[in-house]
Amino acid sequence: MSEHDHASVDGLAVDHHFENADQQYQSAKLGMWIFLATEILFFGGLIVAYTVYRANHPEVFVFGHHFLDKNLGALNTVILICSSLTAAWAVRAAQLKQIGMLKLMILLTMLCAFGFLGVKGVEYHSKWKHGLLWAGSYHPHEEHEGSAVRENAEGVGEEAAATSAAVKQMEAAPPTAPAGPDRSAIPPAAEGPAGLAEPVVEPVDEHGFAAEPANAQIYFSIYFLLTGLHGIHVLGGIGAFAWLLMCAYRGFFDSGHFTRVDMVALYWHLVDLIWIYLFLLLYLID
Amino acid sequence: MAEAISAPGGGAGVDHTASDDNYLTHGKGILSWLFTLDHKRIGVMYLVAILSSFFLGGVFALVLRTELLTPGQTIITADSYNKMFTLHGAVMIFLFIIPGIPATLGNFVLPLMLGAKDVALPRLNLASFWLWLTGATVAVASIIIGAVDTGWTFYTPYSTTTGTAVIPMTLGVFILGFSSIFTGLNFIVTIHKMRPEGMTWFRMPLFLWGIYATAIIQVLATPVLGITLLLLVAERTLGVGIFDPALGGDPILYQHFFWFYSHPAVYIMILPAMAIMSELVSVFSGKHIFGYKFIAWSSIAIALLSFLVWGHHMFTSGQSGLTNMIFSALTFSVAIPSAVKVFNWLATMYKGSIRLAAPMLYALSFLFLFAIGGLTGLFLGSLATDIHLHDTYFVVAHFHYVMFGGTVIAFLGGIHYWWPKMFGRMYSERWAQLSALLIFVGFNLTFFTQFVMGSHGMPRRYYNYLERFTAYHQASTVGSYILALGFFVMAGYLLHSLVAGERAPANPWGGATLEWETSSPPPYYNFKHDLRAGDPYDLDALRWDPEIKGYVRKDPGSVLLSPGEAS
Repeated sequence: MSEHDHASVDGLAVDHHFENADQQYQSAKLGMWIFLATEILFFGGLIVAYTVYRANHPEVFVFGHHFLDKNLGALNTVILICSSLTAAWAVRAAQLKQIGMLKLMILLTMLCAFGFLGVKGVEYHSKWKHGLLWAGSYHPHEEHEGSAVRENAEGVGEEAAATSAAVKQMEAAPPTAPAGPDRSAIPPAAEGPAGLAEPVVEPVDEHGFAAEPANAQIYFSIYFLLTGLHGIHVLGGIGAFAWLLMCAYRGFFDSGHFTRVDMVALYWHLVDLIWIYLFLLLYLID
Repeated sequence: MAEAISAPGGGAGVDHTASDDNYLTHGKGILSWLFTLDHKRIGVMYLVAILSSFFLGGVFALVLRTELLTPGQTIITADSYNKMFTLHGAVMIFLFIIPGIPATLGNFVLPLMLGAKDVALPRLNLASFWLWLTGATVAVASIIIGAVDTGWTFYTPYSTTTGTAVIPMTLGVFILGFSSIFTGLNFIVTIHKMRPEGMTWFRMPLFLWGIYATAIIQVLATPVLGITLLLLVAERTLGVGIFDPALGGDPILYQHFFWFYSHPAVYIMILPAMAIMSELVSVFSGKHIFGYKFIAWSSIAIALLSFLVWGHHMFTSGQSGLTNMIFSALTFSVAIPSAVKVFNWLATMYKGSIRLAAPMLYALSFLFLFAIGGLTGLFLGSLATDIHLHDTYFVVAHFHYVMFGGTVIAFLGGIHYWWPKMFGRMYSERWAQLSALLIFVGFNLTFFTQFVMGSHGMPRRYYNYLERFTAYHQASTVGSYILALGFFVMAGYLLHSLVAGERAPANPWGGATLEWETSSPPPYYNFKHDLRAGDPYDLDALRWDPEIKGYVRKDPGSVLLSPGEAS
C-alpha cells in the first residue's frame, strides 16, 4: 500500500468516483485478476476436450506428439519465460520512474513475443507441409502421393532430426492408413466418453514402424485449437505492449503511474503460464 | 476529489425536491447518452434496448402460438416455424433475460445502494453496453441471411450440418457473452471496493448479495460458453472434428460444454430476481427482512451448486446410470437454498402490514409462480419421471414458470419499484393493478395448459399435433393474447407517466436502503453528501410525511457522514 500508493497519487488524477488512488489501484487490480480467471475458464473448455480425448484414446496422443519438435517447443518456453522477466522488470521500471528502462523492457518483451510467434510459424509451416492439420484437413500423405512408403518415412523424418534414435524411428513412421480418399470413405467409428480405454498395444506396420492409430487427426485438431487460441492471446499481448509503448512515449508514465503496465504484465504472465502447460500437455507426452 | 463534489447542503439529509439538474438533464443530445460513463444513463439505455428485445422475442412467441392454434399449417410453414422458435428462444435468453436485471436495474441501483458515485470501472461498463449492442445486432442480423433453425441450444450434429445462419447467431451470442462477463466483473469489483462507511458484508442490502452471486456465475461460466461456440464455429468452418463422429469426435461433448454454461446461466437469470424479491417483500410488508444471513448465504449456495447440476439436461443422452443418479441428487439439493429463500420471504410477510402496491403484486405473483416452477423442476430432476417428460411441453411449462413467472415477474416488480427513482414520476396505480392481473391470468392460462398437455405426451417444438391436444393449444394461445394485452397496458401507463405522471418524492415506498436517500431522479453525481450505511431493513427509522407524500428519516443525520469521518 505504501510505495505504490504514493506513486499513483503522484501519477494519474483519481477518477471522480473513487475516494483515493489506492482504492482506484486496488479496483483495477481485482478486476484484472477476475479477468484472468475468465481466461483460465476460456482455455478450460479446450483443456477438458484434451482430457476427454486423451483419456479415451491415449494411443492417439502418444502417436501424434512424435510429430512435434520438442526442441522448438522448449525454445519457445525459454523465450516466453524471458519475456515474463522483462515484463516484470518493466513494472519495476515504471514504479521507479525509469522511463528509458521501461521503454527498453517493453520493447524486449515485444521482441520475445514476435520471436515466439516466429518459431510457432516455423512449426505450423512444417505441419502444413506434411498435411498434419486439424481433422477436416488432415491428409498426411498429400505431398508424397505415389511415392514409396520408405521415402515418405524420410520425408517426415526431416523435421525431427534432433531427437534420439529410438524416438526418431517412431517419428519417421508414416501413417499407414490408405491415402486421402480411402480414409474418408470409411469413417472410423466414434467412441463415446464412457468407460476406461483398453490398455494400448502399439500396432506396428510391416516396416517395423508405429502404425497410425484410428482418429489420429483428433490430436492435431486439439493441437491447433490450443496453440492457435494461445497464439491469438500472444497477438493481443503484443497489441497491449504497443499501447504501453505509445503511452510511455507520450510521457504518461513520467509521474510514476504504473497501473497500466502492471495490468498488462499480469495478463502477459498468464499467457506465459498457459504456454508452459501447453508445452507439457502437447509436447512432453512420453 | 470526493469533497469537491459533495457540496454543502445544510443540515438536512435528502433533498426532497428534485432539481432540474438531474442525471436525465445533465448533458444534452444523443451523443451525451451513447458515450456517457454515468451508470444511471447506461442502465436506462440498457432498459430501452432490453425491453425492445423482449418485444421482439414476444412477437416471435405470438406468431408461434398463433401457428399452433390448429394442427397442420395455420399461418406459417414448418421451416419458418423452426426458425421462429429458435429465434424466440435465442432472443429471449441471450438478448433479454440473461442481461435483463443486472444490466438494467443492477446498473442503475447498485452504485446508489452503495452510496457511491458510479461503478468501479465506468469505461468497462460502457464497453459492456456497446458489446451488447454489437452482439445483439450480429445475432439479429442472422435473420436477414436466413435465420437459424437449430433451437436456442445449437445442438450438434444438426447445428454443424444445417444450412442456416448458425455462424452469425453463435458469434452474436459469443459477443453478448463478453458483455455479460464484463458486467459481472464490474459488479464484483464495485461491491468489494466501494462499499460505504458502515456497510460490512452482512449489512449489504440483499439485492447486492443476489447481484454478487449472479456476477460470480457470469464470470466463471460464460467463458466456457464462449469457447464452446468458438468450437462450433471452427467445426463448421474448418472441420476440427471435436463434435463430429465422422472425424472421431463426440457430439455429446457439445451438450456437456453447453450445459456447463447454460445451467448456471439459469441461475444468472433467477438470482437477480430473488435479489429484487428480498427488497420488495420487506418494504411492502413494513417489516425487517426475516433470516437475513440465510438469504444472503443461500444466494452464494445457489451460485456454487449451479455448477454441479448440468448433467440433468442429459438424462436421456446416454449418460451412465451412476452419473445420472449423482446429477439427480445434486439437482434436488438446489431446492434447499431456493426453499430457504421462499420460507424467509413468507416469514417476513407474516404479521406484517402488507401494502398491495404494484411492486408487491408482482412479488406475490412471483411467490406463487416460482413455487410451481421450482417444484415441477423436481419432477424433471427425478430420473424415472424425466424419461417420460423429457422434451415435452411439461419442460416448456416448467422453465417458463421459472423464467417468466420468476424472473420476468420479479423484473416487472423491480421496474415498478424503482421507476419513480429512475424517472422521477409516479405511474397510475390502478392501471398497474389491472396490468398485473392480466399478466397473471394470461400467464397461467398460457403455461398451465402446457403442463397438462406435456404430461399427456405432447412433444415440444413440434409443428403439428394430434387432434386431442387442440383444446390445450387453443387455450394456451388465448392465454398468450391476454398476456400480450397486459404488456400493452403496461407500456401505455408507464410511457404516460413519463410525461404526465405525478412528481415522485425521494422515498415513495419507505425503503431504508441508500438509493432512497437522494432525490428522484438522482442528480448526476448521485448524492449531495457522503453517506454512512446503517441496517438496510430498519424500516422503523422512517416516517410518512403527508406534505411531500413520501417517507423521510426520523433522524436525517443518521445516514450522513461528517467530513472528518471518511476513511
